[in-house]
Amino acid sequence: MPSPHRRPFFLLREELERLLDALRGSGHVCIGPQVREGAIVYDRLDTSVELPHGWSDRQSPGEYRLHRTGSPRCFAWASGPQALKPLSFAPEEVLWRALRDPDGGLRFNAVEPPAPSLAVIGVKACDLAALAMLDRHFAGDAPYQARRGGLLLLGVDCHHPAATCFCRSTGDGPALTGGYHIGMTELDEGFLLWSSGDTGEEILASLTLPEASETQLERANQALEAASLGQTRRLPGPEPGRILFDSLDHPAWSRLAERCLSCGNCTAVCPTCFCHDPVSEPALDGHESPQVRRWDSCFNEGHSLLHGRAVRGEIKLRYRQWLTHKLAGWQAQFGRSGCVGCGRCIAWCPAGIDLIEALKSIAEGRL
Amino acid sequence: MSRSVPREAVVVERLMEAPDIFTLRLEYVDEDHRRAFEFQPGQFNMLYLHGVGEIPISIVSDPEDTHCFDHSIRAAGRVTGGLLSLMAGDRLGIRGPFGRGWPLAEAEGKDLIIVTGGLGCAPAVSLINYVMRRRDRYGRITLLQGVCHAHDLIWRERYDAWAAQPDTQVLLAADLSQEGARFQEGPVVEFFSRLMLEPGRSIALLSGPELMLMDAIAQLRELGLGDRDIWLGLERNMPCGNGLCGHCQIGPLFVCKDGPVFCYPEIADFFGIRGF
Repeated sequence: MPSPHRRPFFLLREELERLLDALRGSGHVCIGPQVREGAIVYDRLDTSVELPHGWSDRQSPGEYRLHRTGSPRCFAWASGPQALKPLSFAPEEVLWRALRDPDGGLRFNAVEPPAPSLAVIGVKACDLAALAMLDRHFAGDAPYQARRGGLLLLGVDCHHPAATCFCRSTGDGPALTGGYHIGMTELDEGFLLWSSGDTGEEILASLTLPEASETQLERANQALEAASLGQTRRLPGPEPGRILFDSLDHPAWSRLAERCLSCGNCTAVCPTCFCHDPVSEPALDGHESPQVRRWDSCFNEGHSLLHGRAVRGEIKLRYRQWLTHKLAGWQAQFGRSGCVGCGRCIAWCPAGIDLIEALKSIAEGRL
Repeated sequence: MSRSVPREAVVVERLMEAPDIFTLRLEYVDEDHRRAFEFQPGQFNMLYLHGVGEIPISIVSDPEDTHCFDHSIRAAGRVTGGLLSLMAGDRLGIRGPFGRGWPLAEAEGKDLIIVTGGLGCAPAVSLINYVMRRRDRYGRITLLQGVCHAHDLIWRERYDAWAAQPDTQVLLAADLSQEGARFQEGPVVEFFSRLMLEPGRSIALLSGPELMLMDAIAQLRELGLGDRDIWLGLERNMPCGNGLCGHCQIGPLFVCKDGPVFCYPEIADFFGIRGF
């Protein structure tokens, strides 16, 4: 949502390519949502034509489907399986390389992290909130910070929450509240654009755009309000975390475990899950050995391995780890729950386990 | 100190403590790295074996022995099994030190009850060595070591030497004893009833198998020791050391960063609960 103190600019839909040109002109490679194999994913965007014009998504527990809308809009969807996470916290990253000299000496070379300048267009508020949390967790991590430093973020107010969304109840959406360089709201005829900070302001200034009209602002506000009120799911407050930690022996954990396949989909699509595993991957000649970190999941048995045995050998204990960490552990670690209400873990769970229903089954009316 | 990228270290000496337990005496190859390395008893390093991987191992030497540092290791897995084959002059990588060590400042002037068990007593050995070398800073020291068999006890000369220190009691609890009266022997439970514990004057420092720790905590509390005077050295899967990779979490705590030594109230809500 734009600042009430400054009227946003207006960009005609037909002129969207001008915005991408300006981003490229400022030294960025454009990344944007596109339809790939039945899902909306972020990928390199060479032209605005590649945006998902006329596509929307339908999501429910265990289900994600795209459909045609007949509308010209390109941000009329809720979320794809990815958030911004892969762009700052790479799924796979070489941390350093060990080199063994012929005399047995070892050298360790930090890998200069790649820091491409990427302009990401069409980022939702939930994913910006998640990014802000990862920023805190990886504050001292050089590869993360290098990638993060290269991101220019173009947020878009979300007018199309899915049935799985509940960002209103977590306070993270559907309106943009911060963490972006340029804010956008999509209307049928085009886009309202506003900047947050100098970089965004320079780019918008280079486009010499007219100001948005009063009626356009009104329509944008109405669309946001409808998107907010349209959310039927709600993460119960105020502090579900305490109840979960107080209910570690609740029988509902076993019922959830009977459905959970321990596949780790929820952790892979979760925009705040940060677990990863560093592994040595030596070259065949034994001379060089890169240390690679890969995303890991608390649903993998090896995640809790101690002296050859898993601390969380049973699925029940792994599901409990995921939910208690996300909703309770995060509260203590970062001062807020680790859930931004994007609903991805609900849609992408092959068993259709619903995080909110899971929480309610354990809290049993205590929320 | 290097937390993200290892530094090259060389094996000065490998001491065999038992057929599968050994101590590596290490020093950094680079003199600047040697000078910069400081640690507290209870902290750990990540030891990197080339092409195999890293593993967290506590530092057992004294922080004032600045030239070298020691790690006592049990050969149990891929990395530790490989480390066993290292000889003097071989190279490895070190990141660290990591974590919070034992509360040595809080312990000064107090009676110490050090409880340790199994073969995993290495974290406590650094602590025991530390306080024995500074014996005058502490009150009565009671050392309670539980092992399955008396012959499992490594470093027995050291226990002899510790037992000979003034105002120091060494209690060896062995389920199956084969020794004579070298130490006072018997089941752990019996020892606690014989502890001369003065609440307010005593501090308990515990490490070892968690079932034993739970038993020890219950006994110490029964004897009136305050929860804040009970400290635990814990172990978890710790692949990164920086509190980033998420594996070592117990509830909201990162064992590698917030621990591995915890004051009991910090961890009481989760300690001993299966799955944490």
